[in-house]
Amino acid sequence: MEKPKLIIDGKRLDGRSLDEMRPLKIQAGVLNKADGSAYVEWGANKVLAAVYGPRECIPRHDASPYRAVIHCRYLMAPFSTLDEHGRSGPNRRSIEVSKVIKEVFENVVMTEKFPKTAIDIFIEVLQADGGTRCAGITAAAVALADAGIPMKDLPCAVAVGKIENEVAVDSGKLEDNYGDGDMPIAIAPRNNELLLLQMDGMFTKDELRKALELAFSVFPKINALQVEALRAHYAVKKDEVDRGD
Amino acid sequence: MDILDEIKKDYVIDLMKKEKRPDDRGFLDYRPCTVEKGIFDSAEGSARVKLGKTQVVVGVKIDVGMPFKDRPEEGVLSTTAELLPLASPTFEPGPPDESAIELARIVDRGIRSSNALDLNSLFIEKDKVLMVFVDIYVLDHDGNLIDASALAAMAALLSARLPKYEDGHLIRTERNDNLKVTQKVVTCTFSKIDSHIVLDPGLDEEKAMSARLTLATTPEHVCAMQKGGSGAFTRDELMSLIDISFEKGNELRKLLD
Repeated sequence: MEKPKLIIDGKRLDGRSLDEMRPLKIQAGVLNKADGSAYVEWGANKVLAAVYGPRECIPRHDASPYRAVIHCRYLMAPFSTLDEHGRSGPNRRSIEVSKVIKEVFENVVMTEKFPKTAIDIFIEVLQADGGTRCAGITAAAVALADAGIPMKDLPCAVAVGKIENEVAVDSGKLEDNYGDGDMPIAIAPRNNELLLLQMDGMFTKDELRKALELAFSVFPKINALQVEALRAHYAVKKDEVDRGD
Repeated sequence: MDILDEIKKDYVIDLMKKEKRPDDRGFLDYRPCTVEKGIFDSAEGSARVKLGKTQVVVGVKIDVGMPFKDRPEEGVLSTTAELLPLASPTFEPGPPDESAIELARIVDRGIRSSNALDLNSLFIEKDKVLMVFVDIYVLDHDGNLIDASALAAMAALLSARLPKYEDGHLIRTERNDNLKVTQKVVTCTFSKIDSHIVLDPGLDEEKAMSARLTLATTPEHVCAMQKGGSGAFTRDELMSLIDISFEKGNELRKLLD
């Protein structure tokens, strides 16, 4: 496929401006068995996150006497892209993505409260549309909160791309595939520290500064939707209590 | 092992508070570093990097194969890393774990996104391209494997000679042209220890760090970044590390000449 033109008259392929993110919907507590769960639709991304724990750490020799260990498994379903049938199971990319997502939550989860246990985070990408690790982090944060696991903060994430020499927030799949760079960022919104930072592509220092600014301009919106999803989920339960159910 | 690590960690953090590092380096100094190119005749390209007591070798092999379906006119670059059990008591035999995969992918990302190895130059004919395999072998682990590996990979690519191609085969005994290497990409890796940031962490410093940040640069661009560890960096820290990476990157690039 020829490289499509990614910006036409200042607008991106889906009509967005450079500083505009795709529609984001977050739902908390969508699964029955998991201790916590969340579902995120972000553009055409459909991502499910579930949390189990704190529970027995398997394998046992992974356990720490000082804190809970966090396990994270991020996977893309073999049917999640328009490409041919993918291979199921972890690959080199998903192992790396799982590692950096795990490190995001090691920063905010109060693991020292649960020594010798494990907190297992499962992120399943059912449909992929660019920025799946960021959607996964945003969902997993809500799932952890839904599981009642104490955290210092509710991380959120977004990817900033470079397309046709412009920096644009929340890259979609085509922008990811045919753009000139991608920079996923996750933060702790209360102190604005960078918890996940990756990048590939050719960025000058000014472009990196611009990319950070764009990311930070949408983080409050993402965070507000996360909080709203949790409120909405627990508001129902409060009604039930009020009615004496 | 575990207990010693905890004690060493406290020791390193205490030193940092006195503005000192375990080996008396400045916070933004590299350890002595040497690069040797062409250390193996069997490989098309090779290099050894010693960074302090860390030692990494890289072998580059070149084969003929099929291109990826979505990139029919480009050759194939494949980067892997082996954390050999002889390099550290903490490295276990077996398939690459997440650290080895991450290491290889950071090195790969720097080379790939800057187009340092011109993949279009590896095209032979329809459905036939050259495949370049960059294998990183960590021989001795004393910290900062990323910078040592990235430097060794770049040196090995620069040293590589293409075998003669005839009737669909490579004649490995006749090597002529260089690989088309358009850029020299180098990485600078920083560790955050307590509230201090140091360049080129040694092993003791890595055990005491909360977070790690790697920036791959060419003279004008940052072409890859990767944060590791459970700690965090601020935006201001990131912006200042970009400047330092450009400056220190130029020093590293000289080692590749």
